[in-house]
Amino acid sequence: MQTSETTVDPAEIAKFEAMAAEWWDPNGKFKPLHMLNPCRLDYISSQIAAEFGRDLTAPMPFEGLRILDIGCGGGLLSEPMARLGATVVGADAAERNIPVARVHAEQSGLQIDYRHTTAEAMAEAGEQFDVVLNMEVVEHVSDPPAYLRACHDLLKSGGLMVCSTINRNPKSFMMAIVGAEFVMRWLPKGTHEWSKFITPDELFSLISRAGLDPVDRKGFVFNPVTWNWSLSDKDLSVNYVTASIRRG
Amino acid sequence: MTRDADILIVGGGLNGATLALALAQAGMTVTLIDAQPAGVQSRDDFDGRGYALALSSQRLLKAIGLWGGLAEHSQPILEIKVTDGRAGEGPSPFVLEFDHAEIEEGPMGYMLEDRFLRQALQARLPETPGLTVLPGETVTDHEVTDAGVSVTLASGKRLSAKLLVGCDGASSPTGARAGIKRTGWGYGQTALVCAVAHEHPHHGIAHQFFMPPGPLAILPLTGNRSSIVWTETEAEAQRIQAMDDAGYLEELRPRFGDFLGEISLAGARFTYPLFLSVADRFAAPRLALVGDAAHRVHPIAGQGLNAGLKDVAALAQVVVEARRRGEDFGRIDVLERYQRWRRFDTATLAVATDGFNRLFSNDNPLLRLARDLGLGAVNAMPGLRRSFIREAAGLTGDLPRLLQGRAI
Repeated sequence: MQTSETTVDPAEIAKFEAMAAEWWDPNGKFKPLHMLNPCRLDYISSQIAAEFGRDLTAPMPFEGLRILDIGCGGGLLSEPMARLGATVVGADAAERNIPVARVHAEQSGLQIDYRHTTAEAMAEAGEQFDVVLNMEVVEHVSDPPAYLRACHDLLKSGGLMVCSTINRNPKSFMMAIVGAEFVMRWLPKGTHEWSKFITPDELFSLISRAGLDPVDRKGFVFNPVTWNWSLSDKDLSVNYVTASIRRG
Repeated sequence: MTRDADILIVGGGLNGATLALALAQAGMTVTLIDAQPAGVQSRDDFDGRGYALALSSQRLLKAIGLWGGLAEHSQPILEIKVTDGRAGEGPSPFVLEFDHAEIEEGPMGYMLEDRFLRQALQARLPETPGLTVLPGETVTDHEVTDAGVSVTLASGKRLSAKLLVGCDGASSPTGARAGIKRTGWGYGQTALVCAVAHEHPHHGIAHQFFMPPGPLAILPLTGNRSSIVWTETEAEAQRIQAMDDAGYLEELRPRFGDFLGEISLAGARFTYPLFLSVADRFAAPRLALVGDAAHRVHPIAGQGLNAGLKDVAALAQVVVEARRRGEDFGRIDVLERYQRWRRFDTATLAVATDGFNRLFSNDNPLLRLARDLGLGAVNAMPGLRRSFIREAAGLTGDLPRLLQGRAI
């Protein structure tokens, strides 16, 4: 079968494959995301299962659900969602991520609709989803209230938004900027701007003003002894995640 | 992309078969490649060993639905007596006693003969949905790619999956093909194994006598029978094994003592050479090692099968949890969770059993005095003794759910 992909320059494909390998190397540039990923996925999948009454022990528990992954990057969340049976759209404002994510999904044998677009543009086009994943994005956007309104519009009635970001306090400054960017070199310097960080109460209030009903919040806590992340009911001092529902 | 199974397991022994059952019951598709032709493992004389199943191992067998049929063949271990002795002299006055009454979980473990466990597994495999057994097949090669793993069988057949698990013993060809090196050494010792019938009941008491050539374990089986694990130097073991039954019993009697009355052989006699062999890594991309393939330890504390079942429980949980959150469960970052979970525990066990053996397989009078005093001292401290009992029962550490008797 002839497809449009046959017209793509093979050198470009090789470049995308190399970038995909970089995105998906658990010990490479995106190591901190890979380390956080199981914990993020546990939260996301349990929230989806609770909201839509799905059994996570079934082989394809998210079959029939349409999920949007905003800021999909190399597809670290899109691929697991597709593997669990969801119909996934991965959107990224950075154009270079899209072919990279596509190449990797193909290698993994997964069908994912990756698009170079923004939440605002998709909302304008009238797209709607059962679930919007809004993970580690809101601290990078210029107008959080407008962005969260677009997320609201992208949800069907009864839809679920999972939104994670970084708290704003002296500890998060030490951990997320000094620790992750300067000491551990987990993230490139300048990845985060502390003034754009949002406290959980501020985020809940922004989400409410966007018309969504915030229903849950948990902390992502790093344990330097076991070297892994876990969910915490109490400690939301650095990385945290929230769940909100669109009612009506 | 089509795959033959989610997971390929190489080696259909106790660990491989248990892992296959646990994974298939959790909804994964599994192909078990067993070098043994069909039916061979189910023969009564396939393996003469008896296992001191830790409580955690018994809970795993319960969680995967096998214990119901095994309970009647198992003997609860109610007490463990550790004694230092020399043949013909009887035990030293310093005895270390572990009694199940000191922990609240019930018996400290169960003695179960290999044949019952093996036959129960063999019977359950073909009736488990999602599980395919290929008997009489060996793997000649395997190839790992970014997205999966494929193996070539001696019959020429090729199979592909997301993950390959080597349960193929201490020489693990699967680990060797992946370039995983091993560390280990022989002990110059061989275990003589047999079952004996005796006149008097054993009251569920397991005995471990530390003799200069190596330990002698007398482990209670159902009825008036006990399983003997009798460690001697290689040459001495060969000499004894070559004797007829009457000569063999003549050698055993002075070591065994007369506390259970007259003894006779109650089955075939087996020998197993003792060596330590630990893989440098338990995981590689698309590949994990389980049981003896990861670590063969000195059987001095009866922890070989128990350690293997801990691997089974940990790997099954790591893989099933990864699958349930949509991860590609054959990726190295997933398999490293299994390795982290098991490696520390295994290194501790290897060092502890090796050290125990070196301390006790010795006739140096100073070491004898030291260990006699040590045994007496541990016995005098109830807290320390309780912690040994809990360790022997497998109730310490961060336990995988199957070892708590719960489903994954």
